[in-house]
Amino acid sequence: MSPETIARWQFGITTVYHFFFVPVTLALSMIVAIFQTMWVKTGDEKFLRMTKFYGKLFLINFAMGVVTGIVQEFQFGMNWSEYSRFVGDIFGAPLALEALLAFFLESTFLGLWIFGWDRLPKKVHLATIWLAAIGTNLSAIFILAANSWMQSPVGATYVACDANGFGPNGGDCNRAIMTDFGAVLTNPVSLVTFPHVILSAWLTAGGLVAAISGWHLSKLKGKAKAERDIDTHRWAAKFGAWVLILAGVGVIVTGDIQGKIMTEVQPMKMAAAEALYTTEGGGTACADFSVLTIGSLDGKQAVKPVIAVPCLLSFLATGDFHGKVQGINDLTTAYNGGQLIQPDNALQKAYASELKKLGITDWAPNIPVSYWTFRLMMGLGFIGMAIGAWMLWVMRKGQLPKAGPVWNTLMYAAVLAPLFAISFGWIFTEMGRQPWLVAGVLPTASGVSPGVSAGEVLFTCITYTLVYGALAVVAVGLFNKYVRLGLPEVSEPKVLTDDEAPLTFAY
Amino acid sequence: MLLLATDPNFLQTIWFILIAVLWIGYLILEGFDYGVAMLLPILAKNEKEKRVMVNTIGPVWDGNQVWLLTAGGATFAAFPGWYATLFSGLYIPLFLILMGLIIRGVAFEYRAKNPETQWRNAFDWMATIGSFVVALVFGVGFANFVIGLPINAKHIYVGGFWGLFTPFALLGGIVLVVLFAFHGAIYLSLKTKGDIRVRARALANPLGLAAIGGGAIFLLWFQLAYPAGGIIGWILLVLAAAGLASAWFFIGKGREGIAFISSSAAIAVVAVMIFVRMFPNLGFDNSLAQGHPLNVVTAASTDSTLTLMLIAAVVFVPIVLGYTTWGYTRFRKRIGVENMPNEAPAAAHAG
Ligand code: HDD
Ligand code: HEM
Ligand code: HEM
Repeated sequence: MSPETIARWQFGITTVYHFFFVPVTLALSMIVAIFQTMWVKTGDEKFLRMTKFYGKLFLINFAMGVVTGIVQEFQFGMNWSEYSRFVGDIFGAPLALEALLAFFLESTFLGLWIFGWDRLPKKVHLATIWLAAIGTNLSAIFILAANSWMQSPVGATYVACDANGFGPNGGDCNRAIMTDFGAVLTNPVSLVTFPHVILSAWLTAGGLVAAISGWHLSKLKGKAKAERDIDTHRWAAKFGAWVLILAGVGVIVTGDIQGKIMTEVQPMKMAAAEALYTTEGGGTACADFSVLTIGSLDGKQAVKPVIAVPCLLSFLATGDFHGKVQGINDLTTAYNGGQLIQPDNALQKAYASELKKLGITDWAPNIPVSYWTFRLMMGLGFIGMAIGAWMLWVMRKGQLPKAGPVWNTLMYAAVLAPLFAISFGWIFTEMGRQPWLVAGVLPTASGVSPGVSAGEVLFTCITYTLVYGALAVVAVGLFNKYVRLGLPEVSEPKVLTDDEAPLTFAY
Repeated sequence: MLLLATDPNFLQTIWFILIAVLWIGYLILEGFDYGVAMLLPILAKNEKEKRVMVNTIGPVWDGNQVWLLTAGGATFAAFPGWYATLFSGLYIPLFLILMGLIIRGVAFEYRAKNPETQWRNAFDWMATIGSFVVALVFGVGFANFVIGLPINAKHIYVGGFWGLFTPFALLGGIVLVVLFAFHGAIYLSLKTKGDIRVRARALANPLGLAAIGGGAIFLLWFQLAYPAGGIIGWILLVLAAAGLASAWFFIGKGREGIAFISSSAAIAVVAVMIFVRMFPNLGFDNSLAQGHPLNVVTAASTDSTLTLMLIAAVVFVPIVLGYTTWGYTRFRKRIGVENMPNEAPAAAHAG
């Protein structure tokens, strides 16, 4: 295998792994903050117990998010040095701002929240969890702006080398430079990716809360002296189920908008998502959306859908049920003929002559991967929403779910379906961008570190996978343990004045 | 060299300085975190004392680590060429650092989640070993920046992995480990009370002597073989030595606050020496670069990106410093074994 292939595997593995924890951090931090706010507002002990219970699960998850995130930050330089050199002028800024504005905020205030129960006044302590939660969401804004720039490289142009091999003022050349930071932050891709990702994170965390409390409810049913726990878990389970449904609706709305922007900036990705080889729609015709297809997707001809929704693809891609959707073969012909992916993009225009020298002929991503991940993303998300609705039905009018394999399976599915939906969404977005690192500009092969050997990358890739696997066992084990322990007994926290008194919490 | 017609401009220089400042923040703050974790198996006599030690850094270590992340991010944004060449060139050493950071990062949070001794011992060892590896590799790395990492005209590191392990570099690694252990012992005596405080202070004495001895050899070797900044270099050397001596003297006298300030200052001065040496070639040896050197000018982002980032730094660094300081003052009280909650934290009753 080439260093490029292994480096891609490594980036994929470590990033997907990082993103198992990220969505839970993003939304569960907010949910815990909401619980704690309810407690401070109402004084109802139920909310304090929920805060502590879900807060602990949040922290177990957060630790994994942090350690896997550090790897991400360094990986660009380690494995993708030529990419970093090429895009650093633009891509580096959001990364640095993320650390400065978001990571300091979340880590400092989370430390204060964990250890602050008996050292900070109630309201100040409440503020710390909100600040930490805001920090995590700020970090998403910046990193998603960076990622969106790779999908649609706005606000930039290209600097070629002069005769001596330098750029202007003796600086570096053969790289992209920023012309408009505002454009990078208000990139249409970024503006719609942020809500789509945040809402899908809520879908995931909502599923988690609904499932954990739903599972406890079924166990508590009929037990003596369990009213207090039942009351608390019922509240949380309903809350989680509503989050599943509402976030799900939001994900669909934003996803629909994303489809249209994506068709504009990366038409090939939309064609790959449907395995659409020849252009369809326009005029009175329309392009159908296939729900299920059998047969080969990697041929160069159209596939036979088994179930198809008439005209849906036209709508998803263009907002018009008769809109024209370009096919893979037609796009390939156009690109080979010199057409730019985004004809108005300044960076793509400026880089076009360099790109020609590289002689790209394969302009399409992996079709089966694009096709199936797109459907898995949506389908698993719908399953999550449906479970939410089903839970509300089962718990209507004070009823409790019955324990048993059916309920247990549903509860596991409520956790895993949204989590995998999110991963497939990212795999679709990232692998659908291929063969580019920066869409229409920098091919993936041009970005790898030339000084790092295949053996070195293979070694680190295997070690990361093993270490991450071991950590997963530990983290999931701990997570399960605390889920099973259930709601803690709590006492009203008060600020300690006696220096000799034991702290409420210590590692 | 004629091709380098341009001297570093104001923005490039200020960003080099800012990155040095971020590194100094990291080295001082994570320095004592690493020190405390490395001393875990040596200083603590029992589980409760271990917990006291871990809890002196519990609320702050993650925030301290962000200094490193910010230094990395700022290098990427301000000097992409530096970030690209350095991080890919030192591939395996950086990988070791990442592994160290991973195993120590989960250790603090997870040790508390299960009262079993074996479980805790495993995580404590992960914290200790992780911290040791990170300190050692950074020491070797910085010593190599002093020597200069050889790169070619394409700005690819050509020195090889084993080329990093010169005697000078190895000494750098050991000195940084000892320095952090000393710094950590001082921090512990500042933040704890009772028995553990007494023992931390006692241990600081030999650690301080080792840091002074090792540091003196390293810095003299540095100045003689790889001179930096002329007379300024020698002044810095004297200041660093004075800082270490003062830390050692005052910890012996029980003046923990002054000792801590002194050891922090010593770390900062050594870092300044190294960064002075790294200007303007960023710690690279450009002799094989055939007229295409990698330095503060060629590695830099455009002036507009640097300006934008500078504005962000001017606005937000004071804010970050403000709330970080506030956070530290919330935990200014010393802790001791009597403060450790009695019940096992894993029980359903714990907070
Ligand atoms: C949509 C959100 C999102 C995405 C796409 C990513 N991350 Fe992440 N990251 C977060 C959202 C986040 C977070 C929610 O802020 C985390 C998760 C858990 C945590 O501790 O903070 C985090 C942690 C985290 C940390 C540790 C921060 C700390 O010590 O507090 C680093 C260094 C990174 N990330 C870097 C990256 C990089 C370089 C990514 C790109 C490949 C990346 N993350 C993808
Ligand atoms: C927002 C921040 C992100 C950035 C800046 C980013 C950037 C990159 C880069 C540089 C690569 C390597 C080159 C390549 O193979 O294309 C890549 C690949 C990949 N990323 Fe992302 N990524 C981000 C988020 C994510 C997330 C959150 C996931 C999944 C959970 C993800 C999944 C993948 C996968 C699966 C690949 C491999 C694709 C392939 O090589 O075909 N990415 N991404
Ligand atoms: C009808 C439902 C949905 C539609 C129409 C939809 C649409 C899309 C589209 C078009 C993209 C690609 C954006 C691009 O590459 O430019 C995307 C990405 C993504 N989707 Fe969805 N999606 C839906 C449901 C979901 C669900 C249920 C989840 C997860 C729970 C999810 C999570 C993601 C994630 C994490 C990404 C990658 C990041 C991004 O580009 O936003 N999506 N979605």
